[in-house]
Amino acid sequence: MGNITLSQVTKTFGDVEVIPPLDLQINDGEFVVFVGPSGCGKSTLLRLIAGLEDVTSGKIEIDGQNATELPPARRGLAMVFQSYALYPHMTVRKNIAFPLKMAKMSEAEIKKRVDHAASILNLSDYIDRRPGQLSGGQRQRVAIGRAIVREPAAFLFDEPLSNLDAALRVGMRLEISELHKRLATTMVYVTHDQVEAMTMADKIVVLRAGNIEQVGSPLELYRTPRNKFVAGFIGSPTMNLIEGPEAQKHGAHTIGIRPEHIEVSASDGPWQGVVGVAEHLGSDTFFHIHDSGLADPMTVRASGEVSFRHGDRIYMTPRTDLIHKFDTQGQRIA
Amino acid sequence: MATQHSRSAAQFMMMPAVVLLLGWMLVPLVMTLYFSFKKYLPLRGGDLGWVGFENYARFLSSSTFWPSVQSTLIIVGGVLVITIVFGVLLALLLDQPMWGQGVVRILVIAPFFVMPTVSALVWKNMFMDPVNGLLAHLWKFFGAQPVEWLSNYSLFSIILIVSWQWLPFATLILLTAIQSLDSEQLEAAEMDGAPPLSRFGYIILPHLSRAITIVLLIQTIFLLSIFAEIFVTTQGSFGTRTLTYLIYQRVLESQNVGLGSAGGVYAIILANIVAIFLMRIVGKNLDA
Repeated sequence: MGNITLSQVTKTFGDVEVIPPLDLQINDGEFVVFVGPSGCGKSTLLRLIAGLEDVTSGKIEIDGQNATELPPARRGLAMVFQSYALYPHMTVRKNIAFPLKMAKMSEAEIKKRVDHAASILNLSDYIDRRPGQLSGGQRQRVAIGRAIVREPAAFLFDEPLSNLDAALRVGMRLEISELHKRLATTMVYVTHDQVEAMTMADKIVVLRAGNIEQVGSPLELYRTPRNKFVAGFIGSPTMNLIEGPEAQKHGAHTIGIRPEHIEVSASDGPWQGVVGVAEHLGSDTFFHIHDSGLADPMTVRASGEVSFRHGDRIYMTPRTDLIHKFDTQGQRIA
Repeated sequence: MATQHSRSAAQFMMMPAVVLLLGWMLVPLVMTLYFSFKKYLPLRGGDLGWVGFENYARFLSSSTFWPSVQSTLIIVGGVLVITIVFGVLLALLLDQPMWGQGVVRILVIAPFFVMPTVSALVWKNMFMDPVNGLLAHLWKFFGAQPVEWLSNYSLFSIILIVSWQWLPFATLILLTAIQSLDSEQLEAAEMDGAPPLSRFGYIILPHLSRAITIVLLIQTIFLLSIFAEIFVTTQGSFGTRTLTYLIYQRVLESQNVGLGSAGGVYAIILANIVAIFLMRIVGKNLDA
């Protein structure tokens, strides 16, 4: 079981309010991702749940039990840190066994569990090495191994992939998702990378300055962002936000249109502009378009290879049914 | 330092330092060896010729030799234990966030700036004096008979004085080591259910092992040759005659340069034996 309920939780450091009163429900077995720009309080929120920081006020319940005052060790949670926080002087085996040893488990039971975790994570070949002799991805797996042997109620991940290179990150992302499917344990995952959030989450929590901007499944957030901030944060490349006369035509203060919802053509379309930088990815091409009188630059995605060059005039046709409208406060209209 | 040219330039540039260092070390060493094979009594006839290994045999068979080795080792060992145990504890304490941290840290380092002679005199006259010393007053305040530190507990007193001087050094090195510990490791251990003592034993102490090794080695080198503390307190009496002090007595009090030089060679051998032992025990902490 791994239900976590935060009610009216706040956190202040001195005079600075990092988390204003916040409510959140995390259900058993969910993969919840906290996402937001740096300094938005997402790591602090995770540390509050872990018990590494004390809440200023409010209540944290884990499986219906009030855990607000419990020390971290007694909350039944396991955490994977950004720096992995492996114990450098212990072998992989001892690292993974450490929480079990602290729980005073029998040698035989410890060995069984460590071997099991090592085989799940493909660590068996490195089991007698020290962390210093492992690569980044392997260290990451050891850190996860140390978390899973305890069979915790929930896993907490604090930006676990940010120290890995891009290729490895994609691989580890899949492995963690796979692990979640297999263990079906609650996971709370903090990241600033919206791609990680979109690909892994059952439920995304978008945070800004300690406030929850929106909670929902990745596609809900993609289809119906509740406000301009979420609209700009979710999706890659980011949504084009257009103000002025064009927005007023749609009866809104700001309209948003995703780069993938605009068709481009060399001859006709309601909007036009001049091609700036074109990023050719092979499968897609992203154009940054200037002098359109809309947003500068406008980003547009075209599928496959499209041969516009720098300085070419380009015409754009938005899919009007996929235009997002926001009012002066930046809230979504309808 | 890749090309032939830059390598030879580097060698040329390093020459003066190497020559100076070699001279600094080799000249005294060779002179010691030279005198150790001579009967040389400056006030009783001067250079009386070569005597072979007689000085070595006499120094070794003297009844004062083995006790001096013993007291040397007791002092070195005692100071090492005290400075490292209390150094670790003090470093842990100073690592805690507190008001006036900077000032406190400077105060802790202060004893290291006091010259050995001065600190020994201060301890002898202001603390350990059985009539006027602070400790004597303290004992009297509780109605006890003041302790005659330097005559009844002479070795312990010297260990205390030297430890007081070297504790700041150990604390400083260990403090920097503690500060370099990744706080996420401690948090991970906390999440893993390790209580404070286990966190100390499993995370902090192993992290400090290298720093402790360094403190151990550096202090040993300096402690084997302590002299001023003994010279101004007990003058080598009451079992505080270390090997260094014995050599001093042979050369300057007995005016027997040859005998003292032979003792000096023994001191070099002793230092090397201790160093080899230490390297064996703790040296593996230095690699990896």
